Amino acid sequence: MKWHLVLENWDKFIEGVWISLHLTALALAIGFLLALPMALAMYRGSRAAPFARGFVYVFRGTPLLVQTYLIYYGLSQFEWVRGGPWWLILREAWWCALIAFSLNSAAYQAEILRGAFATTPRGEIEGGKALGLSERLVTWMVLLPSSLRRALPQYGNETVFMLHGSVVASVITIQDILGAGRWLNARYYVVYEGLIAAALLYMVITFALVGVFRLIERRYLRHLAPPKDDAADAKPAPKGMLATAMR
Amino acid sequence: MQALIEYAPLLAEGTGVTVALAVLSLALATALGALGAAAKLSGMLAADWTARGYTTLVRGVPDLVLILLIYFGGQRLVNTVGGALGFEYIEISAFWAGVFAIGFIYGAYLTETFRGAYQSVPKGQREAGFALGLSRGAILWNVQIPQLVRFALSGYANVWMVLVKSTAVVSVIGLADLVGIADKAGKSTRQTFTFFLAVLLVYLAITAVSEFLFARAEKRANRGMVR
Repeated sequence: MKWHLVLENWDKFIEGVWISLHLTALALAIGFLLALPMALAMYRGSRAAPFARGFVYVFRGTPLLVQTYLIYYGLSQFEWVRGGPWWLILREAWWCALIAFSLNSAAYQAEILRGAFATTPRGEIEGGKALGLSERLVTWMVLLPSSLRRALPQYGNETVFMLHGSVVASVITIQDILGAGRWLNARYYVVYEGLIAAALLYMVITFALVGVFRLIERRYLRHLAPPKDDAADAKPAPKGMLATAMR
Repeated sequence: MQALIEYAPLLAEGTGVTVALAVLSLALATALGALGAAAKLSGMLAADWTARGYTTLVRGVPDLVLILLIYFGGQRLVNTVGGALGFEYIEISAFWAGVFAIGFIYGAYLTETFRGAYQSVPKGQREAGFALGLSRGAILWNVQIPQLVRFALSGYANVWMVLVKSTAVVSVIGLADLVGIADKAGKSTRQTFTFFLAVLLVYLAITAVSEFLFARAEKRANRGMVR
């Protein structure tokens, strides 16, 4: 094994880590902005709800790889796509990956948020109404803060899955962590080193993320933790993270 | 549309490859999941730690990375060992590398599903079996497993749905599955969008059929229960 190759090319891997994290974080953020109105529509059963449900069904029911291919390779089939000003964006692998990941994450987040909205105790909403808050204020000051807390463990899972899903970027030529590993293997004709280095990096980042989410949960789900005095013999708080880590 | 009809037989073949890959992977994952759950429940420290290492590894590493490692690394490993034993060059196909990798990955998730389901079966059931003088094997097979199925089914269905989508990634190592064939056909006819859209619809169809079948299976597994 020639591990010195990995050390000598550490800058490629650092670049890869940056690209993977950056892509994941942006996709999650854009996904959230898209998911929120969809989740509200589904929760309220408004006229847009069937469309939101259709979007969620299609994007959750099909592989991220195919969604990415459809945008990156597929859209160039149309003359008007290649002719328009949007071609500046749609011809770039990076933007196509970001669009695909954002849409995919939006579908999963919409479902997470819808579930969290639906499990809001009725009394909280009624309390807001009884205080004379408008529907809009009830949404912003009661429904959202309460639901986002409850959605935290699933958000941890979604973050890990978006990170893991982002390897698809390397398939469409982006130099993310896996891209760096594959580059190393191809450049030096080795089999294990680059891939194992990539695997270890993904593992370290995954468990760091899990740790961060556990800290956030400890802060925002404090009211669900066991009382302090019998904390010694109490069972550890229910671990949301990775207990159901899959989608 | 014309091109799609022309390529329909090939696409159907690719769908067959995808389904076969998924089913074989599920079979391997089920075996590994049962083994992992047994190891975690055995109370033996070494077995428990091995199973824990296995599930931790799989949860930390993306599927494509493991698939590439098993395809390229496994190829090298098999031939290093095989060469030392005097075998000729052995080639692992993309299909079998995919089955091993995906089976290995989802076996870790099924380990948790099965472990949870086993623990959900009330202890009294097992004790009653002992009281009746049944052997350990008979208790497991005739008392615990039929009840375990009921608890494991929804988790199992979930793993299947995710697993099917995961098979798409195997096309990256050159497998002529549904995605691989659509990729080639789309590029040679310059109708990439049409073909990938068709792929999307096939996956949705597989999901819909699976949902229907699992709903029926769940009904059957719960036939003895009163709501």
